[in-house]
Amino acid sequence: MPDGTPPFVHIEGLKRHFDVSPPWLVRLLERRGRQIVQAVDGIDIDIAKGETFSLVGESGCGKSTVARLVVGLYGPTAGHITFDGNDIGQRRGRTQTSALRRRLQMIFQDPYASLNPRWRVFDIIAEPIRAFGLAVDKADLEKQVGDLLRQVRLTPADGRKYPHEFSGGQRQRVSIARALASRPEFLVCDEPTSALDVSVQAQILNLMMDLQRRFGLTYLFISHNLAVVYHISTRVGVMYLGRLVEQAPTDTLFKRPKHPYTRMLLDTIPDLDLTGRQRVPVAGEVPSPINPPSGCSFHPRCPFANERCKRERPQLLPIEGGAVACHAIEEKRLTIEERSYANAR
Amino acid sequence: MATGRSVSNNAPLLEVRHLRVEFPTRRGTLLAVDDVSFEIAAGEVLGVVGESGAGKSLTGNAIIGLLEPPGRVAGGEIRLEGRRIDTLPYEEMRKVRGAMMGAIFQDPLTCLNPLYSIGRQLVETIQTHLPLPAGQARKRAIDLLKEVGIPGAEQRFDHYPHQFSGGMRQRVVIALALCAGPKLIVADEPTTALDVSIQAQVIALLKRLCREHGTAVMLVTHDMGVIAETADRVAVMYAGRVAEIGPVREVIKQAKHPYTKGLMGSIPSLGHRADRLTQIDGAMPRLTEIPKGCAFNPRCGQRGLRCLVERPNLMTAGGSLAACWLHDRQGVGGAVAGELADA
Repeated sequence: MPDGTPPFVHIEGLKRHFDVSPPWLVRLLERRGRQIVQAVDGIDIDIAKGETFSLVGESGCGKSTVARLVVGLYGPTAGHITFDGNDIGQRRGRTQTSALRRRLQMIFQDPYASLNPRWRVFDIIAEPIRAFGLAVDKADLEKQVGDLLRQVRLTPADGRKYPHEFSGGQRQRVSIARALASRPEFLVCDEPTSALDVSVQAQILNLMMDLQRRFGLTYLFISHNLAVVYHISTRVGVMYLGRLVEQAPTDTLFKRPKHPYTRMLLDTIPDLDLTGRQRVPVAGEVPSPINPPSGCSFHPRCPFANERCKRERPQLLPIEGGAVACHAIEEKRLTIEERSYANAR
Repeated sequence: MATGRSVSNNAPLLEVRHLRVEFPTRRGTLLAVDDVSFEIAAGEVLGVVGESGAGKSLTGNAIIGLLEPPGRVAGGEIRLEGRRIDTLPYEEMRKVRGAMMGAIFQDPLTCLNPLYSIGRQLVETIQTHLPLPAGQARKRAIDLLKEVGIPGAEQRFDHYPHQFSGGMRQRVVIALALCAGPKLIVADEPTTALDVSIQAQVIALLKRLCREHGTAVMLVTHDMGVIAETADRVAVMYAGRVAEIGPVREVIKQAKHPYTKGLMGSIPSLGHRADRLTQIDGAMPRLTEIPKGCAFNPRCGQRGLRCLVERPNLMTAGGSLAACWLHDRQGVGGAVAGELADA
């Protein structure tokens, strides 16, 4: 952080490995070793209060694992996550944990799976209020839930309904209302709009931006959709195979992308103005995180890779207000080009 | 004239006229596809877009004759090369499907039999539709695998679906659809389950194959970006009807129907960052609650009295056809106060 104050959310050297080995006997008979998926393999992120930090990447790059680590659904294999000065992984007393959890909530991808179908919407939204003891009496609880429903552009009368009576977009509004119920400061959003239609996606994104302005919320936004990320975020981190390959302020990342993977992702976005034009398809696919390639994990797909890239893992080095992990950029083999998007409508 | 009719002057390959698909339920019959008409010329890519529930997949399924009961074609006709196919008996239709039409679905894993090697599945499909001996069928299968860009096709021939990645599986499904050299491919969300970088590869492949084989494609998707770079013409569906149909540039740049305009505006675009995205308020009506008049009227900012009572059919609007009274000589028939519209 430039001014020396500790960042609101600080993630340092975060790792999470999953053991996907076959059972012990099978390993013994087939003489195979353990298999470890390095889902998140050393990530550092700082998020300032009131900003939206987005993580983008293809499926399997570990972005959702980061989200789950940050809210404490997984414990980290190594590294720390500090939230407003408190270490999330550290064990502490029940009241302290509860106080921390109240300030940190999550919105999930699938609004069909994340709401209990047997509960009325009122109870779904009231649960965090009850759990954290935020309402003085029943009338207060009803007022709070009603206000929350209005904030997400539903009506208090909707509280009597069950989740199945709502459309996907409305259910996602209910999830947002539930996440806001405990008056959190930090929201982790794991692909909140990818299950929704575009017109509904626009409604939800607008709602999220309105709520952020109104309550000064901080977002960690996980998405695979670069166009969505472009609209909602202050800063963006690009993940590839469990590592951050580039992070930068949004405008810098989209105008002057540096890492070859970021450039590739930007090249492959289908855009409305591409009518008739050919997208440049990229060769290759994301390798398995069980056996990541040596050195820079992107080197098998990278047109600029050389011997050093195969051997040595690049470190994130600061550049133009962001950071990039690429030997070609470091050695200045690869020039940074300005991108223009002619489609400003 | 570049309108609902296809660009070329030849007889269209596929002709859909006043198609209706309905679902009889205990509470009454739901009309999921209502009076949909369009044509596809040989070698043309027609994109069909719309939100979930707009009836775009059902239209595709009706064409390939794979509507799941109790859904049924309740009216209209579908003609392939002038021959009516919606009334064919099951066995006849089975021969048309596969030989004349190929299908690609969203999830490549569920389209492939996990217990058969992909080679066996390809050979089976080829021999069902073409009179080829086993050796030649095998050769054709390997050629197809090469053509869709599967590296090491000979070795991969004996592999099972689970040994392929998502993008490679979708290539296998495309190869399966191409087995008998069909005239038309109905691709239902072929790239939705894939990552963007893989999506670009699959789209490029589909485009190349259509160009080389002169195959027409009906590309059903909710992703306007994919349509923009792939389709020649595009049909926008809303609540079971075609709201607008026209050449792709026309529809994207100069949308005629208020719904298309809203839909285009709500797609986040690079290079233009706004505080708010354009949004269409509300949601698509359920099939049980389709409003009178124009189905879009409760969400439309330009509705008039006429929109509340009279249902617009497709009419000429610039270079496209749009189902909207704004393009009628008599207009929407006077502004409506908000209360009346809500009532």
